[in-house]
Amino acid sequence: MSTGTVSSTVNVAPAGLRRLGDAAGSVALFVAIGAFVAWSALTHPSQLVVGLVVGSVLALGALGLTLIYGVLKFAHFAHGDAMMLAAYLAFFVLSGNLVGTRGTDVRLPWSFADLPGATTPIWRFSFGYGLVLAVLVAGAVAALLLLLVDRWVYRPLRQRRAGVAIFAIVSLGVAIAMRSLILMIWGPTPRFYVAGIRPTVQILGGPRVVTDQLFIIAMAVVLAAAVYVLLYRTTAGRAMRAMADNPDLARVSGINTEAVVRTTWIVSGGLIAVAGSLLALQSQLKPELGFLLLLPVFAAAILGGIGSPHGALLGGLVVGVVQEVAVSVGILSPGYKFAIAFVILILVILVRPRGLFGA
Amino acid sequence: MNGSKSTTMIVAAVTAAMILLPLLHSGGSVSAVVNFLAPFVTTVAVLAVIAIGLNVQWGYTGIFNFGVVAFFMVGAFVAAIVTKQPADSEFVQYVGGFGDRLAFLPVLDSQEWLPFVFGVLAAALAAALLALLLALAALRLREDYLAITTIGVAEVLRRVTIEEAWLVNGTRGLTGIPRPFAGWFDAGVYKFVFLLLALAVLAVVYLLVERGISSPWGRVLRALREDEDVVAASGKNVFAFKVEGFVLGAALMGVGGAFYAFQQGTVSPETFTHFFGTFIIWAMLVLGGSGNNAGAIVGTYVIWGFWSITLQLQGFDLPVFVVDRISFFRDFLIGALIVVVLLARPQGLVPERARVSRWLERRVRELQQQGAKREATPVESAPRTAE
Amino acid sequence: MTAAAMPLLDVAGLTAGYGGVDILRGVSIRVYPGEIVSIIGPNGAGKSTLMKAIFGLLPVRAGQVRLAGQEITNQPPERLVRRGMCYVPQTDNVFPSLTIRENLEIGGFARDGGRGERMGQVLRLFPALAERPGERAGRLSGGQRQLLAIARALMLDPQLLLLDEPSASLSPKMVEMVFEKVAEINAAGTAILMVEQNARHALTLSHRGYVLAAGENRLEGEARQLLDSDEVRRLYLGE
Ligand SMILES: Nc1ncnc2c1ncn2[C@@H]1O[C@H](COP(=O)(O)OP(=O)(O)O)[C@@H](O)[C@H]1O
Ligand SMILES: [Mg+2]
Repeated sequence: MSTGTVSSTVNVAPAGLRRLGDAAGSVALFVAIGAFVAWSALTHPSQLVVGLVVGSVLALGALGLTLIYGVLKFAHFAHGDAMMLAAYLAFFVLSGNLVGTRGTDVRLPWSFADLPGATTPIWRFSFGYGLVLAVLVAGAVAALLLLLVDRWVYRPLRQRRAGVAIFAIVSLGVAIAMRSLILMIWGPTPRFYVAGIRPTVQILGGPRVVTDQLFIIAMAVVLAAAVYVLLYRTTAGRAMRAMADNPDLARVSGINTEAVVRTTWIVSGGLIAVAGSLLALQSQLKPELGFLLLLPVFAAAILGGIGSPHGALLGGLVVGVVQEVAVSVGILSPGYKFAIAFVILILVILVRPRGLFGA
Repeated sequence: MNGSKSTTMIVAAVTAAMILLPLLHSGGSVSAVVNFLAPFVTTVAVLAVIAIGLNVQWGYTGIFNFGVVAFFMVGAFVAAIVTKQPADSEFVQYVGGFGDRLAFLPVLDSQEWLPFVFGVLAAALAAALLALLLALAALRLREDYLAITTIGVAEVLRRVTIEEAWLVNGTRGLTGIPRPFAGWFDAGVYKFVFLLLALAVLAVVYLLVERGISSPWGRVLRALREDEDVVAASGKNVFAFKVEGFVLGAALMGVGGAFYAFQQGTVSPETFTHFFGTFIIWAMLVLGGSGNNAGAIVGTYVIWGFWSITLQLQGFDLPVFVVDRISFFRDFLIGALIVVVLLARPQGLVPERARVSRWLERRVRELQQQGAKREATPVESAPRTAE
Repeated sequence: MTAAAMPLLDVAGLTAGYGGVDILRGVSIRVYPGEIVSIIGPNGAGKSTLMKAIFGLLPVRAGQVRLAGQEITNQPPERLVRRGMCYVPQTDNVFPSLTIRENLEIGGFARDGGRGERMGQVLRLFPALAERPGERAGRLSGGQRQLLAIARALMLDPQLLLLDEPSASLSPKMVEMVFEKVAEINAAGTAILMVEQNARHALTLSHRGYVLAAGENRLEGEARQLLDSDEVRRLYLGE
C-alpha cells in the first residue's frame, strides 16, 4: 500500500525524485512479498508448499501469457481454456477416454496407458512415463492448434490492424469454443490422470508433501529455465524480445515477424500444455476451470509486469502462495480463492500498473 | 444492400424456425406455437435491454466490459429482494423483502405495481453504483486491464452470492419473485401482459438511448470511441464522459436484470454464469452490430432464437449422442460465431449508421488548421542552424 | 557525381499516406552510388513518411521505387535489408530492453555468417559502444542511442543507408559526432540518403539535396547550389 502514496505523490515531482519514488515502491513491494513468504514459511509451511506448487503452474501459464502479450500485443483471453484443453488432450492420449452417451465413457482400443509399464509409478510419484509422453504429445497438439487459430483468426486481424479490444473479444470467442469442445468430447464431470491416494514424502525437517507436487515444482523450474535459455541465449529468442520491444524496428532489422509470431505460439503452446497438465495433476480436470484460471494467471502476469518473463514467474509464485495461505488462515472460505487473485490484480493495477519488472 | 438482404434472410429463417419447430413438435397446434413464442419474445425484449446497455458502453463509448453478468445479476437480485416479502422460513434467508411496505398507496391496488417501480429503480441504481465504483477505480486503465478487472468483479460477486447465504439465500437462490400486475389477470392472459410490458420497456429504453445518443452529449460519447485525444484536445473531460457512458450502460443492464427476475420468478447464482450473463450478450451485440441499438435488438433476437431452437431440438427424437451434446455444440457455435462475425463482417448484421460523428470530423479539421498554422511558420531549423 | 551512372535508389512519382489521406504526392528522389543526399523541408512535409514508404512500412499507392535498377516497390522491410538497403528511423530506433550487443546482433539478423566479425568492425567505428556492450539500450544517453541505432543498421554492411534526422535533439557535440560518423560511413563506400532538420550542416556534408514541402518536390540540386539559393536561405536556413 505504501507504494501507492509514494507513486501518486511523486507524479508532480521532477524525474529524479520520481525515479527514486519508483525504486522505493518496488523495494517496498519486494520487501512485502518477502515478509509474507517468510511469515508463511514459519506459520503455515505446508500451505506454503501447496502455494508454491499452484504458483509454479500459474507461473508457467503467466509466462506464456506474457510472451504472447509481448510479441503480439494482445491479452490472450483464451489462455486458461487453452490450458484446460491441452490438459484434456493429455488425459485423452493417456487414457483413451471419451464421453459416450448419458455420461458413460467410451475407451479407445489403444492408448498410451497400454504401453508396457506406462502406468507403473516412477519413483514415488503417482504416475508412470505414459503421462509424461502424453503431456509431450498434448504440447505438440496444443502448439499446432494455436498456430492454426493464429493463422485463421489472429493473423487476419493483425493484417487489418484491429484494436486490442477486437483481439480480446475474438480470443474470448475462441475461449468459449475451446471450452465447449472439451464439454462435447469429454463431458462435464471432473476427470483425473491417476485415481487413488497420492504417495507423500517428508521434506527434510519440513512438512509432509504429496510427491507429485515436488514433480510439479521441478518441472516448472526446468521449463522456466528452458524458456530463459531460449529467450536470452538463442537468436530466435532475441528476435522475440526485439519484436516485443518494437515490431517495426524488428522488421527493419530483417526479422520476419510472422516467423517470430509462430515461434511464440509454439513456445506458449508448450507452456500452456505443461501448465494445464500439471494443474490437472495437482487437482483435477474440469471444463469450467479454464475461464476461472484467467484471473490468477492475469494477476500473476500483471503483478510481474506484463511482457516481463521473470516477472511472470515471480508473479505466479506470489499469487499461488498468497491464494493458498490466505485461504488456509481461515479468514476466507475456499470459495473465495479466485477472489484473492482478483484483489492482488486490483491492488497492482491501482498501485503499480507496471508491476514488479514492467517497463 | 447485400448485407441488409442477408440480414433479412437470417431474421426470417430464425422466425420460421421459431414457428415451425413448436408446430411440428406439437403436431400442428397453433396455441402451442403461441405459448412458445410469447415467453421467447419476452426474453428477447429483456435481454435486448441488456444488450443495449452493453452497446452504450462498448458500441458508443468504447468501454470494454467483460463483466456484464455482474450488473445483470445485481439488477436481478436487487429487484427480487426489494419486491419480495420478508423471508418467513428458517430455510430461506435473504436481506430486504420490502414488497408490502412499498405498496403504501391506498389506491389503485398499489401492491400490483408500486413495489415493482421501486424494484426496477433500485436495480438500476445498484448496478449504476457498482459501475460508478468500478469506473472511479479502473476506468482509466488500458482496455485489456479493464476487461480482466470486470471479469474479476463479476466472479467475485458471483462468489459472494454463493458463499454469503444470508444475502440472497446462497446456491438455492430466490424463488417466488412477484410479478407486476399479476393479480389483475389470470395466468393464461398474464404472459401476454408481461410480454407487452417487456416490449414497452424495451421501446422506452430504445427511444431514450437513441435520443441521448443523438444529443450533443451522445455525439461527444461517440467521438470518444473514435479518438479520445481529439475529444481531450477540444477541452472535454474525457474521463467524465466515459464514466457517464459506463454508468448509464450498467443501469440499463440492471433494469434488464430486474425484468429477467420478474419473468423467471426465480434467480440463483447458477443462472448468472459468465457464459450466460456476459458472453451471450457480447455475441448478441457483436452479431447485431455494435454502435447500433437496432442491431443490438436484432442480434438478441437471432442469438436467443438460435438458443431456443437448440432447446426445441432436444424435444425431438434425436440420437442420444446428439441430445447429450446439443447445448455444448450450441455454445461452441456461439463462440465460433463471435470469431467469424468479427473476421468476416465486423459491422454485424445491422451496420452502424454513417452518422458516426460529424462533431469529430469538425474537431479534427479545426485541430488540423491550428496545426497547419503552426507548421506554416516553417523554420524550426532556424534557431538550430543559427547556433 | 556521374549522372550517367545508374542510380542506386530511384524513387519516381511516389504517392503514399496514412488512412485515406495522401501525404506524399508524386515525390521523386534519386541517390547515386557513393553519394550523400539530404532531404530537407519543414516539419510535417512528409520526409519521414517518404522514408517509411521507400522502406515498405507504408503502402505506396502510386509511383515506383527501384534499388540498383530492380523494382522494390512495396516490398516488406525484412526483404529490403537483404538487398543491401538499411534504415534508421527518426524515433524508437533501438531496442531499449536489449543490450548494446544484442541490438547489434539483431541488426545482423539477416546475415548468413560473419556476424561476430562484422560486429567487431562496427564497434571499431563506434568505440563508445564497445566500452559497455552489456548495457541495455534503454539506459543510454540520447546521443549514444543514436550512435547505436546507426551501428545497428550498419551490421548488414549496406550499400545504401537511410537516416531519418540522425541529429535531432542531440547536444551540439553529439551532432558534430554524428555527422562525422556519417561522413566516415560514406567514405567507406556506403551511399546515404538522409533527412535533416539541421539543413545547413546536412547540406555542407552532402553531395546533393532535395527540398520537400507539403508532400511534393520543391527544389533539388547540388548541395552547394541549394545552400546558395535564396529560397533555401530564407526558408530553411533562417537568414
Ligand atoms: N502515423 C501517422 N498517422 C497519420 N498521420 C501521420 C502519421 N505520421 C505522420 N502523419 C502526418 O503526415 C504528415 C507528414 O509527417 P512526417 O512524414 O512525419 O513529416 P516530417 O518527417 O517531414 O516532419 C504530417 O501531417 C503528419 O501529421
Ligand atoms: Mg520526420
